[in-house]
Amino acid sequence: MSVVTNTTTIGAIEAPSRRNTELALLAFAVVIPVFAYLNVGLALDGEVPSGMLGYGLGLGLLAGVAHLVVRRFAPYADPLLLPLATLLNGMGLVLIWRLDQSPRLIALAKRQYGAFSASAPNQMMYSAIGIAMFVGVLLILKDHRVLQRYTYISMVAALILLLLPLVPGLGTDSFGAKIWIRVGGFSIQPGEFAKLVLAVFFSGYLMVKRDALALASRRFMGLYLPRGRDLGPILTIWAVSLLILVFENDLGTSLLFFGMFVIMLYVATERTSWIVMGLLMATGGAVFVSTFASHVQSRVAAWLDPFECLKTAPEGSNMAYACDQMTQVLMSFGSGGILGTGLGQGNSDLIQFAANSDFIFATVGEELGLTGVMVFLLLYGLIIERGVRTALAARDPFGKLLAMGLSGAFALQIFVVAGGVMGLIPLTGMTMPFLAYGGSSVIANWALIGILIRISDTARRPAPAPAPSPDAEMTQVVRP
Amino acid sequence: MSELTLTVMRLGFLAVLWLFVIVAVQVIRSDLFGTRVTQRGSRRQDARPQQNARQAASPPPQRGQQSAGGGRQRRGAPTKLVVSEGTLTGTTVALQGQTITLGRAHDSTIVLDDDYASSRHARIYPDRDGQWIVEDLGSTNGTYLDRTRLTTATPIPLGAPIRIGKTVIELRK
Repeated sequence: MSVVTNTTTIGAIEAPSRRNTELALLAFAVVIPVFAYLNVGLALDGEVPSGMLGYGLGLGLLAGVAHLVVRRFAPYADPLLLPLATLLNGMGLVLIWRLDQSPRLIALAKRQYGAFSASAPNQMMYSAIGIAMFVGVLLILKDHRVLQRYTYISMVAALILLLLPLVPGLGTDSFGAKIWIRVGGFSIQPGEFAKLVLAVFFSGYLMVKRDALALASRRFMGLYLPRGRDLGPILTIWAVSLLILVFENDLGTSLLFFGMFVIMLYVATERTSWIVMGLLMATGGAVFVSTFASHVQSRVAAWLDPFECLKTAPEGSNMAYACDQMTQVLMSFGSGGILGTGLGQGNSDLIQFAANSDFIFATVGEELGLTGVMVFLLLYGLIIERGVRTALAARDPFGKLLAMGLSGAFALQIFVVAGGVMGLIPLTGMTMPFLAYGGSSVIANWALIGILIRISDTARRPAPAPAPSPDAEMTQVVRP
Repeated sequence: MSELTLTVMRLGFLAVLWLFVIVAVQVIRSDLFGTRVTQRGSRRQDARPQQNARQAASPPPQRGQQSAGGGRQRRGAPTKLVVSEGTLTGTTVALQGQTITLGRAHDSTIVLDDDYASSRHARIYPDRDGQWIVEDLGSTNGTYLDRTRLTTATPIPLGAPIRIGKTVIELRK
């Protein structure tokens, strides 16, 4: 019987924690933005920029803290998520700093607000808060399954977050959308946080109801329709959140929520009919909204033919403005070509308003060209891939659904923003995660990465040793 | 700053960005090309060096070696293992060059529900030439080929009964 002790069982392979891989990649991810910073400085002024050391050290410090916390509190987490997010955040800082240096944007800010304030230091602060949020998530959330207890609380929280901008005195109406609230001098976009909270609600609810949703259904015109009492609550919450969003003129986010809802339903029930129904409903909604909402009409016109629309739209109108922006964005991408003009040498600041937030991808397109755009899309793609991989590896259905929902929402956001900026779909004002200027977006997305890291840590952690099995009983000896 | 330097920096920066992506993809290569099945096999063999030392005559069985060295299986080689007596009567396992372990342990290829079998009772593996070998793993009641109790790793003739506790298995074409 001595044989038993020295044989390993199949399946109990020690998963390497891969923290050192993460550290090496993280160092690489900090060096790249510093290189980019140097590149911009040399191109703009011909000298090494003065703030390079500060930004490099700042980013390195934040990344180091995040790494140490992951090493201590989530040792088996996925090694790629943190470096990828850090690289995107660092490149965002450099691009925002580069647009801060643009004389055109400085002049525009002085004309509109009377003063110019640089965005890069603010973004650095938001990144620090974002990392703090990330650390907080890892420290407080020891096990993601705890979130399951707060299914209905998160439903209420998501609704409150979505309703906040409509509260008079708290919400502010800027740039045609009522999605910000103003608290003590800070603008917060609650929708970004509602994304996370809603994902928790959807996964908690679908985990309990998925069998009922998948099996207790009637067949109607080739589609499986679940019973009303199973579908009712979730459909209601979806409709309410959509209505609020339509009311607030934030269509990008409503598309995001709807897509996340459909993805999670599909993953939970494995019924293709949800995809069909989702696409039909999305098309219907898009047609409805584009016929009735005027600011969507101008976006659609700018999407269909921006150059023609620029000629025909009345001078100074909202539509002319949208079309002008879109033409500038397309010119940016076009003049970038394959290899780009080089960092700091493009003219993407001609986009003017929101050049460093909604349209930051145009700067990537112009200064790094198609080659750079592909890198950025791949970086986002890798984050999504790791998220989906985490969902596959997760052992509990709640973690599976949550990881899938979060990475699905992330993917949709990339699609909606990049597609809008490149002219594939009409533009909806949303921010490129990590890259674009905006506190709420950076903080919420760091929290998202934190949750994914927590789930992946649980999923990749080696399974506990199996309980002693009947094998352990003594073998009976044959007596001759 | 000269035009040349800026061009070099521009291209260099793109190269560095792509390098990062390539390194990142290398890290997850294991996900893209399947799981670590081969590692698992070699680990299992590493874990039992004493037995091999005890029975030094037997060559360590290795997956893949057969296909690397000999190519296709010889004519007349067995293709399946059949359980002909015992609780698992009628069970067949295709022989594809893999090591088959027998015993009451859950991770055995054939899990025997037999009070007279040990947890890790015996194993059957192909040697370098594709000849199937049975080896007793130090079991309590022993492994019998025909009527002789095995002491070393022994080649299995086609159709010869191998008795483990109350279970009898044989190799068939």
